[in-house]
Amino acid sequence: MNRFYVVLAVVAIVLGVVVFALLRTGGGGASAAAAGTPPTVADDGFRGYTLGPGTARVEITEYLDFECPVCASFATIQMPTITEQLINTGKVRWRFRDYPLPIHKYSRFAAHAAQCAGAQGRYFEMQDQLFEHHQWAQTGRDPSGLFRDLAQTAGVNLTAYDACMKEGKYAQRIEYSRQEGDSLRVDGTPTFFVNGRKLEFRRLPGSDDFKVVVDSVIAHAPPPQPTEMQRQHQHPTP
Amino acid sequence: MRYRQAIALLALVGCFVALYLWLHALGYGGAIKCGGSGGCEAVQTSPWAVFLGLPVAFFGVAGYFTLLVVAVAALRPAALAQRGWNTVLALLASIGFLFTGYLTYLEFFVIHALCRWCVGSAVIMTAIWIVAVLSVRSPVLRTDRGASPPPPDPQA
Repeated sequence: MNRFYVVLAVVAIVLGVVVFALLRTGGGGASAAAAGTPPTVADDGFRGYTLGPGTARVEITEYLDFECPVCASFATIQMPTITEQLINTGKVRWRFRDYPLPIHKYSRFAAHAAQCAGAQGRYFEMQDQLFEHHQWAQTGRDPSGLFRDLAQTAGVNLTAYDACMKEGKYAQRIEYSRQEGDSLRVDGTPTFFVNGRKLEFRRLPGSDDFKVVVDSVIAHAPPPQPTEMQRQHQHPTP
Repeated sequence: MRYRQAIALLALVGCFVALYLWLHALGYGGAIKCGGSGGCEAVQTSPWAVFLGLPVAFFGVAGYFTLLVVAVAALRPAALAQRGWNTVLALLASIGFLFTGYLTYLEFFVIHALCRWCVGSAVIMTAIWIVAVLSVRSPVLRTDRGASPPPPDPQA
């Protein structure tokens, strides 16, 4: 019997040491290159990932911050309906631009993770992951490990992802987008522009609000002009 | 006695597994050690990682610790022959087993991410439950040879 208690004590000590070691070495850390503001800014010509056809008569640009809870709420609750009713029907093309707020510690890092996933054609999958598991934004803990898990779930190759994050490959692109938002007087997230015109809402808009706006824009917009090819087809030159 | 010792040992291991997850949930130690494809963070940061306002791992620590204390109490010489301890242990293990089953269901079908630590905990709790059920079904005297009376002498 006494021998059993000795075994129990030894096991407890060993496990305690193991847990302590795991906690000590569990750092990881968000790559400074991906998480911080880059020293220089360059325009690489990128203007955001888009959903919807390029021929849509209405383009909505959303400036978002991945750490912003309202953005997460909008993405998870309103966007599915907007996608179904406005984007998939060809009425709207939705453009996503980054606007990491300075009050958020990991929003740049999250935006960078999304961009690195986007480089592999997985931007929207990663965006979904970041917003659907948004508790990371409330814990204040380093989310680098979680983001790797989310990237993997999103179908991202982790070797390329790790290299991209370590290098901070898209830090300048994200900063360019933020400065672009500043120039357009973006003052919070999410902020929306419809065909370049800033939308003002007193509350977080819902899918119904966007439906009204889009229908209104389409109703008041001039009919689409035929393309040059259509013109030639309609009026063939002799 | 062997059953109770096994439960105590398993509960001790489970307690440390849950302790690690709980401390991580409290913000200690940075990124969780979960292997390359763990999904532990996804599970730990999901809405189901909090139960009654507390990290789920806290209930794991509390549950395993309770099992450990009861199992050790049941190993006292005075308690060895008392079958009631087996019932208490089986009851506690059943509660833990059901809770673990619910959490595993969430991982597979709701969160769609698997945490290796949680799977490890589920295996430990399942093992505790099996041992506890076996201890209820087995006669006390057969589980503790030292406390069993000597067999009757056929010559007598």
